[in-house]
Amino acid sequence: MKKYVERLWNGLIKENPVLVLMLGMCPALAVSTQAANGIGMGLSTLAVLVLSNLVISILRKVIPDQVRLPAYIVIVASLVTVTELLIKAYLPDLYKNLGIYIPLIVVNCIILGRAEAYANKHTPLLSVMDGIGMGLGFTVALTLAGALRELLGTGKVFGAQILPEGFGMTIFIQPPGAFLIFALIIAIMNAIGIKTRQRKLVESGCDGNCSLCATAANCETKQPAEKAGKAENAEKKEAGAAEEGGAAK
Amino acid sequence: MKSLIMIIIAGALINNVVLNQFLGICSFLGVSKQMKASASLGAAVIFVITIASAVASLLYDYVLKPLGMDFMKTIIFILVIAALVQIVEMFLKKKSPSVYKALGIYLPLITTNCAVLGVALTNVQEGYNFAECVASGFGTAVGYTVAIVLLAGIRSRINEKDLPAPLRGAPIVMIAAALMSIAFMGFGGLQL
Repeated sequence: MKKYVERLWNGLIKENPVLVLMLGMCPALAVSTQAANGIGMGLSTLAVLVLSNLVISILRKVIPDQVRLPAYIVIVASLVTVTELLIKAYLPDLYKNLGIYIPLIVVNCIILGRAEAYANKHTPLLSVMDGIGMGLGFTVALTLAGALRELLGTGKVFGAQILPEGFGMTIFIQPPGAFLIFALIIAIMNAIGIKTRQRKLVESGCDGNCSLCATAANCETKQPAEKAGKAENAEKKEAGAAEEGGAAK
Repeated sequence: MKSLIMIIIAGALINNVVLNQFLGICSFLGVSKQMKASASLGAAVIFVITIASAVASLLYDYVLKPLGMDFMKTIIFILVIAALVQIVEMFLKKKSPSVYKALGIYLPLITTNCAVLGVALTNVQEGYNFAECVASGFGTAVGYTVAIVLLAGIRSRINEKDLPAPLRGAPIVMIAAALMSIAFMGFGGLQL
């Protein structure tokens, strides 16, 4: 039982996909204009993530290793289409607000990342718990950012007036505000636990895919010794990229 | 012709794909460490997005729509993009090894760049015809390239500075992106 709870905790706090692993930044930045949108996007992603983890975990012995990525993409794309149609039918307002970002759940790094890093190695039940944890972590991060942006931008949270009427720094509900709020949240998290966070990132956060990892800069400059040992995958890809870049000269 | 140019300018500057629509953020933040790599990635993205928009537009107009399989577009497009990236990779490897080498690892990774799928889906939503789709794809990709190259330039300066520890890494890059985004908001005033 303990390990199932641990999965939830892991997704929510320890390896929060947005704030710690820096995955799925596109939808996080884009739909966090309101707290309600954040919850909607978070829960849609959670649904897709739980189902995709479940299906991939069940099929993990059936899918041949060489074609696993295309297979995962087809599974995820089908689930996303189903989710999109359900949202369109039952929550038309949310569908209008989230727009193109619902079909784009397909290319959300979190989903393929968890399939590759967790679901294809673990039992269905554990994978589902992992999906719930990660999905909740995503939802919490989006809702938090959405609430902050809505509060600073319009003085409301979930549509309820909190700050005096007429208050509002419009910049926070416009695109630059998304970058600013996330920079702020991550900087605060850094300030609180800068050392532990760095170590955790290198140990568990890195899925070896540096191009999807916004903290690649950190692992290179801050933990050269540790990185060399622990994130071999990332190192290889990085080195490959650097070589290619060098060769281009 | 005039409207096509407008679509390109709107895609590249006014509705910048990264700074305004938040597509392709992952590679925007991840790859923008070096100017050279950013420019290579930008070139690869221009190439892939333009072709992907063209193919997606043809497929949608002549296959999906007549068959009434509108709802399949997400699945079909992502498969087309993945296959396309593979084909482009093989083609370049064979016909133009120098370009292939210059793009290196960034080529296969474009599949997971949400800007590609995003543009294809937006084009369909807007009801663009074939030429407009290609123009919009090209404009968007140019916008991506401009943004990532600019950010790489800024980051090379940031790296030399002594920043407060909590701001190092992702936060300062995002603050830089926020300032760029504010600057790009100015293009919203363009009268097209």
